[in-house]
Amino acid sequence: MTLQVTDDLAELEAGLDALETQRAQRTSRVRIWWAATWPPLLFVGALIGVWQLVFDAHLQPSYRLPSPGQTLTSLRDEWDSGDLQRAVWNSVRRGGLGFVASLAIGTPLGLLVGRVKPVRRAVGPILSGLQSLPSVAWVPAAVLWFGTSDKTIYFVVLLGAVPSIANGMISGLDQVPPLFLRVGRVLGARGLASARHVLLPAALPGYVGGLRQGWAFSWRSLMAAELISRTPELGLGVGQLLDQSREASDIAGVVAGIFTILVIGIAIELFLFAPLERRVLRRRGLLAATV
Amino acid sequence: MQVVNDGPAVSVRGVTKRFGTAPNVLEDVSLEVAEGEFLCILGASGCGKSTLLGLVADLDQPTSGSVEVLGGKPSLMFQEPALFPWLTARENVELALRLTGVGKKERRTRAADLLALVRLKDAGDKRVHELSGGMRQRVAMARSLAQDSHVLLMDEPFAALDAITRDVLHEELVRIRESQQLTVLFVTHNVREAVRLGDRVVLLSSRPGRVVKEYAVEIGQPRRIESPEVANLSVAITEDLRTEIRRHGGQS
Repeated sequence: MTLQVTDDLAELEAGLDALETQRAQRTSRVRIWWAATWPPLLFVGALIGVWQLVFDAHLQPSYRLPSPGQTLTSLRDEWDSGDLQRAVWNSVRRGGLGFVASLAIGTPLGLLVGRVKPVRRAVGPILSGLQSLPSVAWVPAAVLWFGTSDKTIYFVVLLGAVPSIANGMISGLDQVPPLFLRVGRVLGARGLASARHVLLPAALPGYVGGLRQGWAFSWRSLMAAELISRTPELGLGVGQLLDQSREASDIAGVVAGIFTILVIGIAIELFLFAPLERRVLRRRGLLAATV
Repeated sequence: MQVVNDGPAVSVRGVTKRFGTAPNVLEDVSLEVAEGEFLCILGASGCGKSTLLGLVADLDQPTSGSVEVLGGKPSLMFQEPALFPWLTARENVELALRLTGVGKKERRTRAADLLALVRLKDAGDKRVHELSGGMRQRVAMARSLAQDSHVLLMDEPFAALDAITRDVLHEELVRIRESQQLTVLFVTHNVREAVRLGDRVVLLSSRPGRVVKEYAVEIGQPRRIESPEVANLSVAITEDLRTEIRRHGGQS
């Protein structure tokens, strides 16, 4: 009799569980990727079409407005000479190194400001303020301090990215529900254990958002620094390549340069940060499984 | 866990609690929960139910009076399951085991056992957002049991669930409490729920919280929340509860 009751309860519960959980619909990865890819591709295609039409209408002389074909030729010339590859590699390396250094500084800084109240009161407002200061503004100062060296470039990149990453960490920490910390304490997590098992994982979504923004800032700052400080000893970057074309009044080269900078930024966002953020959010059910 | 002596599992003696200079939240509250007893604390808003549980759970200290819990730290369940969304159901349980110092190999088997106990054997790899509200609360229960404390404190754990699920979880809690020989201190504002579950019900007044009355629930388990016995006692307690609440209308 008692067993019967227990079995009934088990079945009842299994029924309820089945009714109340949605069956996950799995869409294939390729289909998700395709659904996210074709609309922007179509749009870019349309833009290029309009560009070609405007060029064909001769609204502007071709030294002001190059055609898509001329831009492509300019890119191919840069590729053939090896300048493009060298510049892209240099810039991505600088951006990457600067970003990693910003991570190493911004993360502990964010933790410190986010968790220690007096530090937060003193440093917090300045850190948010720094985020709205365009890091290009530091270029002249950096040139005077460090000359035209790699130091100048990294200095500017750091000042661009560190505040974003630190602020991301801080907002991640702020968004941790107090109940999680309470539960952590009930479970016996204190001090470091609490930070490792509760606080940091709970702050991850905000932090990843900060990383994403930090990369955008570090890439922007890098381009600004490269455009302004152009000397042979610095080596060729995409920014310097762009400035070379400007000096040569080569509008096709200039457009090709802008295009290159844009494509690299989009590629890193698309292949590195977007998947990282999606992964973190999806694991927590903060993102619908289907696009 | 070995019981050291025959005293009550939880004893609260003359506890008063206030925060800063605000008026007392709890005033001279004394109550005891016997080993293996299921005690429900009932009260309207502002009776300091959650504050009382926080004191018993050692999350906060009383302003005066003392709180004693036999056999170490009790576990505590909240109204929200508060599972960690970056972990699977099993990992949530394993984390609790880990924080109480259980070794890696043992964690795995103990977590599986605990999930089986709350009948979620096959849901271990699910993430929190893939579970229904009732399933989440059962994982939270498994996590609480993982602390291997014989005293379980529950702060309105079923208040946010729908009536059907709540009814099933009442039955489940009674079953688990018997099989694990738990001492339970259960806080609620739902009179029928208190009568459905408790061996004893304590009514608290509001602002400040004081013990008003105690009721022994002499109805055998399994009970049903819709049974006439439960209803009769609930009517009597509700009358007392309303009398308590009315006093506040006159004050303002």
